[in-house]
Amino acid sequence: MPMDEIALDHHHDDHDHKPGFFKRWFLSTNHKDIGTLYLIFAMIAGIIGYTLSGLIRWELAEPGIGPMLWIVEHLQGVQGDVAITHAKHFYNTVITYHGLIMIFFMVMPALIGGFGNWFVPLMIGAPDMAFPRMNNISFWLTVAAFILACISMAVPGTSAGNGFGGGWVLYPPLSSTTGHPGPAMDLVILSLHTAGIASILGAINFIVTILNMRAPGMTMHKMPLFAWGVLVTAVLLLLSLPVLAGALTMLLTDRNFGSQFFNPAGGGDPVMFQHLFWFFGHPEVYIMILPAFGIVSHIVSTFSKKPIFGYLGMAYAMVSIGVIGFVVWAHHMYTVGMNVDLKAYFIAATMVIAVPTGIKIFSWIATMWGGSIEFKVPMLWAIGFIFLFTVGGVTGVVLANAGIDHALHDTYYVVAHFHYVLSLGAVFGLFAGWYYWFEKMFGIKYNGFLGGLHFWLMFVGSNVLFFPQHFLGLQGMPRRYIDYADGFHTWHYVSSIGYAITLVGTLVFFIGLAEAMIRRRKGVANPWGEGATTLEWTLSSPPPFHQYNELPHVTNKGGH
Amino acid sequence: MSSGDVKHDYHLVNPSPWPLLGSLSVAVLAVGGVTYMKGLFGLDKGNPWLMAIGLAMVLWVMIGWWREVAKEGAHGDHTPVVTIGLRYGMILFIASEVMFFVAWFWGFFEFSIFAHARVGDTWDATNPLYADALARFKSWPPVGVETFDPFHLPLINTLVLLLSGTTVTWAHHALQHDDRKGAKLGLLLTLILGMGFTALQVIEYSEAGFTYDGTLYGSAFFMATGFHGAHVVIGTIFLAICLMRLMMGGMSAKKHLGFEFAAWYWHFVDVVWLFLFAFVYVAPYLIFEGGK
Repeated sequence: MPMDEIALDHHHDDHDHKPGFFKRWFLSTNHKDIGTLYLIFAMIAGIIGYTLSGLIRWELAEPGIGPMLWIVEHLQGVQGDVAITHAKHFYNTVITYHGLIMIFFMVMPALIGGFGNWFVPLMIGAPDMAFPRMNNISFWLTVAAFILACISMAVPGTSAGNGFGGGWVLYPPLSSTTGHPGPAMDLVILSLHTAGIASILGAINFIVTILNMRAPGMTMHKMPLFAWGVLVTAVLLLLSLPVLAGALTMLLTDRNFGSQFFNPAGGGDPVMFQHLFWFFGHPEVYIMILPAFGIVSHIVSTFSKKPIFGYLGMAYAMVSIGVIGFVVWAHHMYTVGMNVDLKAYFIAATMVIAVPTGIKIFSWIATMWGGSIEFKVPMLWAIGFIFLFTVGGVTGVVLANAGIDHALHDTYYVVAHFHYVLSLGAVFGLFAGWYYWFEKMFGIKYNGFLGGLHFWLMFVGSNVLFFPQHFLGLQGMPRRYIDYADGFHTWHYVSSIGYAITLVGTLVFFIGLAEAMIRRRKGVANPWGEGATTLEWTLSSPPPFHQYNELPHVTNKGGH
Repeated sequence: MSSGDVKHDYHLVNPSPWPLLGSLSVAVLAVGGVTYMKGLFGLDKGNPWLMAIGLAMVLWVMIGWWREVAKEGAHGDHTPVVTIGLRYGMILFIASEVMFFVAWFWGFFEFSIFAHARVGDTWDATNPLYADALARFKSWPPVGVETFDPFHLPLINTLVLLLSGTTVTWAHHALQHDDRKGAKLGLLLTLILGMGFTALQVIEYSEAGFTYDGTLYGSAFFMATGFHGAHVVIGTIFLAICLMRLMMGGMSAKKHLGFEFAAWYWHFVDVVWLFLFAFVYVAPYLIFEGGK
């Protein structure tokens, strides 16, 4: 592509004036500013969600009920048996809000809202998103949803205390008035409704932007893989979230207006909720990982100085993951008493997903094969992602078997599995993107040593944290319990040490961020050299307030 | 915000207060809703005021925001490429609405088809909590629920809605040929038919042989048809605003996106009704003989 020409076009944009502080950050219609807002928001929510996971590991470091008891005794002023009941409920709320916050308010806002907003328009050569104003309400509705979730933590859930403690999956009867009569659960429902509306609007925005605003010459089959990832993600959001909205509405009316959808005494069926929930919940898993797939593809290609291996296969692997993702949901529900033929179908369908996922893993490796590999910080994260996501994928194939799942359902094996694909997959992809695009977004350089240190601490820490949980699960340690038999102590203790290591890593992350902000080493347009071929590297760092006032023309095979 | 040398036709929107205000309104509405349902922050259960304020704020934001969009359209910001984007956007919005109804149909199908399975062997028939339910839900519709005869009022409603689909098309064609009088007439007729549908639905509801609360059939029936009814009301308002804009001299033969979107939405509502009619009214009536 005519890089120099595009770069030249942009220096005169520097004096197009930005709005004042309030207008710029609160009334924004600029995709880059909204992307930055999403990233800041995700960091704040991430700190809260990460603190909650710290409470979990603190409690589980030793058998018995310890820190939670101390907290409820001192915060709620209860004693004795009552305090133990309250401590159990408190633990349940901690795991519940940890899950909800990490999924809806950290990973999704960061990967889709943050990087999606920043880089989809830049990569496809668009001046902004298709609906810049609607883009902003997607962000602010996410904030509103988060505030509703936070209020819900502080209002009565059950007689044992505040907040909802039924797990992020919100199964009735725990989420019915039987389990949680208080307003906390209603606030969770409305919080997720609000977050859902935000995501649906965002999804519409991304799809329209990608279909309608690609630069002249950029066909779908020349489009960067990150844009492909976000496109598939957006379609999944658009089609799965309304079904969750339906299920949540049924839950709300069951709780407040006497409908009987999930109440067996009225003829209803709690398993129905699980079907509706997982019809959303399974695509949701891919919603969280597909943008990370896109990011990793760009990084592996950039730092191997080779175009991505099998570009079209990579793009359509994501499409097929998205399609198959809609027909495997009941593998989350093998133990509800499902017909064995149905189980056989869901096993087969679930296993099929390993095929496109395998295409991705092998294509990343093939991209590196024979490449001139540079182990810069983003590449470390990307390789860490490939390695750890593969571990999570392999345990996923294990769990896909209904027979094995009957033994492992709701054990720490499942916890280990989904943390390998999410907290070591999606989150590693997120940090990979952060270090890949940091200089582009903020126009300053970070300290490579601190970035590397952050990676190694997180890599070691999260493996020490999550790998022993496979052993715990195989030994039968159930999920969502505040206490355990002494035999589980060793691996729980090791797991908690792993958390402490990631805590140091997270501190290094923020130190690295602060260091970059204080030193303000001026960034360059393309710090990665010839391997970085996508359009965003043709712009200044940070890009002008409005880029591509004259649209770039993509002539050769650009974008990957 | 766009500087003078923009050489593309995309619409770079100016900073706007509506998104922030809209989110604030939604938060107030949600907290107000929970206050109404459960009581919150010292306000008693059943206190509707916070919810009413939230709702008023949401409506205010909608009016303010969409007025701005209509003004931008009139001002020429909706270039051909932006128009294509808006069309994609509306189609995708309707797709998400379709998926919302999928949830309600899914529920209805599961409850009707698997009624027997749900009262199968795993249930403890001697448990007093379930014994009653067991007896009632051996069939679908459950014993004692008398459903509507689909070939009375529901059939008339189907015809009313289908007819409104033709009148809205008449209005659209008239507008395309710059026959504004015909467009207004067609639209007015559509509105009357739409409100007629809602009125007939209200009559039907008042004659229902089952209730919403306490019965699964009632829950599934009223939520599916009720959400459809709500969409009919929204579609009617959408069309009414188009009529208002037509009367105020807005919209042209060449450009009338708002009208097109209202018509699409109306057809979507129409199609959902056909599915409701076929699967919620007719099929159970024919297959299960209306619970008799």
